[in-house]
Amino acid sequence: MPEEIIRAEGLSRYFGKAVLAVDNVSFGVFQGEIFGFLGPNGAGKTTTINMLTTVLKPTTGSARICGFNVLKQAREVRSCISVVPQEYTADEDLTGYENIMLCASLYSIPKNVAKQRADELLHLLALESASGRRVETYSGGMRRRLELASGLINRPHVLFLDEPTLGLDMQTRAAVWGYIRLLKEQYGMTLFMTTHYLEEADSLCDRVGIIDRGKLIKLGSPAELRAALGGDVMEIEIEDKGTDISEMLSELPKVQVVGKDGNKYRLKLTDGEEVAVEVIGSIHNHGHKVLRMSLTKPTLGDAYLELTGREMRDEQEGADQSWKRRLTMRRARG
Amino acid sequence: MNLSVPSQNVFHGLGALTNRELKKWYKDPFALFMSIIQPVLWIGLFGKAMNIGGLFPGASAMMQQVFGTTDYFSFMAVGMFSFVVVFTTMFSGMSFVWDRRLGFLNKVLSTPVSRTTIIVSKMCAAVIRATSQALVVLLIALALGLRFGPGFHPINLLGVLAVLFLMAGGLSSLFITIAIRTTRWETHMAVMNLLNLPLIFASNALFPIQAMPGWLQVIARANPVSYATEASRQLLLYPADAHKILTDFIFLGVFALVFITAGIVLSWRYLTR
Ligand SMILES: Nc1ncnc2c1ncn2[C@@H]1O[C@H](COP(=O)(O)OP(=O)(O)OP(=O)(O)O)[C@@H](O)[C@H]1O
Ligand SMILES: [Mg+2]
Repeated sequence: MPEEIIRAEGLSRYFGKAVLAVDNVSFGVFQGEIFGFLGPNGAGKTTTINMLTTVLKPTTGSARICGFNVLKQAREVRSCISVVPQEYTADEDLTGYENIMLCASLYSIPKNVAKQRADELLHLLALESASGRRVETYSGGMRRRLELASGLINRPHVLFLDEPTLGLDMQTRAAVWGYIRLLKEQYGMTLFMTTHYLEEADSLCDRVGIIDRGKLIKLGSPAELRAALGGDVMEIEIEDKGTDISEMLSELPKVQVVGKDGNKYRLKLTDGEEVAVEVIGSIHNHGHKVLRMSLTKPTLGDAYLELTGREMRDEQEGADQSWKRRLTMRRARG
Repeated sequence: MNLSVPSQNVFHGLGALTNRELKKWYKDPFALFMSIIQPVLWIGLFGKAMNIGGLFPGASAMMQQVFGTTDYFSFMAVGMFSFVVVFTTMFSGMSFVWDRRLGFLNKVLSTPVSRTTIIVSKMCAAVIRATSQALVVLLIALALGLRFGPGFHPINLLGVLAVLFLMAGGLSSLFITIAIRTTRWETHMAVMNLLNLPLIFASNALFPIQAMPGWLQVIARANPVSYATEASRQLLLYPADAHKILTDFIFLGVFALVFITAGIVLSWRYLTR
């Protein structure tokens, strides 16, 4: 079992008396994995990050990061983590390079070391040519890459990414995904990210927690979450001889007949690909001919919608938050 | 898992954060120009155009009695230092609100920089900026005809510098303290507007206290701006009365100390919410 680098125990946070933004959330993140929080707007993702990164105090509960308690050893926690927030926080009036160096001094990294790392990061994130320009002139993708560079300057053990691809176009998003994988694979960094894009959680995260209305409602690998829906769906159509093969199909292991319409059958399978071959084989052995078949795997989206419900969320965010979001989106468009 | 955490100076990051603030000002020629032009216009319009001395020709004895000098321009130019300091330090609170809104504050709060440093960097930036702008105004006023009093000695300029430091330190802390919990800049702006007018006009910056109605005199005598302006006038224009200067410095010192402490203590409590 790999070591847990983040351990959250019963984290809750109220805003005022009425808003329970995070509700008794407990989880662990293993060393070196990409862990994702997936949830709709206002689910409590940012609030959780803020508590883990010592920016907000939990109302109840606590967490340990790298073995340090976020409440009692905040300074130690801060020196082994780094955050790339949801908003663009780089100073518009400074150049990209100045922003990175500013971050470096916040971690008291010596000047010469900081310079060398800044050059490396600017190169890695393809920002070299823009590093001397004021951030004001950056496009959304460049801003996001600059935020990443600033977040990496202290070589954190745990990097927190809050909606790292919010508002970016598909190309830039793919590039950001590439960097995130690189950090895990080459540097063995642990990443805690939040997103409300399903495909992002599915393709990047080793494990995903689905959070809704402040509650962590499901936790597992993307494959486990899909499997929790009850497996793959197979639809077959056989040559019509007027016989009902439901019973014979039901007797096959890992198969469940859930519907029949004339000569069409709808089956639920676990381990769809392997079982499908057996299903077709036994239909043949019983002297029937398969005309058509399809196998659909549920998406993480299906799992997600089943867990969080289909209705849209009227965001109850305050004026301040919606303003921040609009600003982030506007800047992302560049 | 065990990590060794480098021990850090309590004030690490102070220089970098202060410099960030100042860069916005000194690297932007337009901002620099605008921050100087306003007080200069005031000096020109109030001090020169409204030549109060010229209104009462031959009444220099009365001028002397009311303003402590026969030269309203010099009187008012020194008052402008306070004006500059009030309006410049006002921005320290404002920039705090913006840092919170834009997420920069949260970013800094997640780094090992201490809460105290975050507050103190704002104060430092405000003090440096306000003091240097006031000194520029002094130079321009000299060029436009400010005349030092008979008791003036160049060493008095150091006294004026100390006055500016204390006033800027106290006022910026006051404004930052107000801003510490504010998330909306509109709210902050409204509070600032409410404070600025009395700070400037219920003081001796533009007009002597003795000539004010009684109730206003009460406010003006509690206003730190009055003490700062009085001290600067004593040092530059009047025959420096050591006793008055001492009283002014004590008042200013206490004012600055109280609000700087308040700002720092509140930062421990309220920056992590
Ligand atoms: N400072 C605050 N004051 C009051 N309420 C807040 C504050 N911050 C967050 N909330 C509320 O807490 C809840 C969770 O907010 P949070 O920002 O954590 O959601 P999120 O999952 O990050 O959503 P998004 O995807 O929109 O970023 C929301 O209902 C929000 O309105
Ligand atoms: Mg969020």
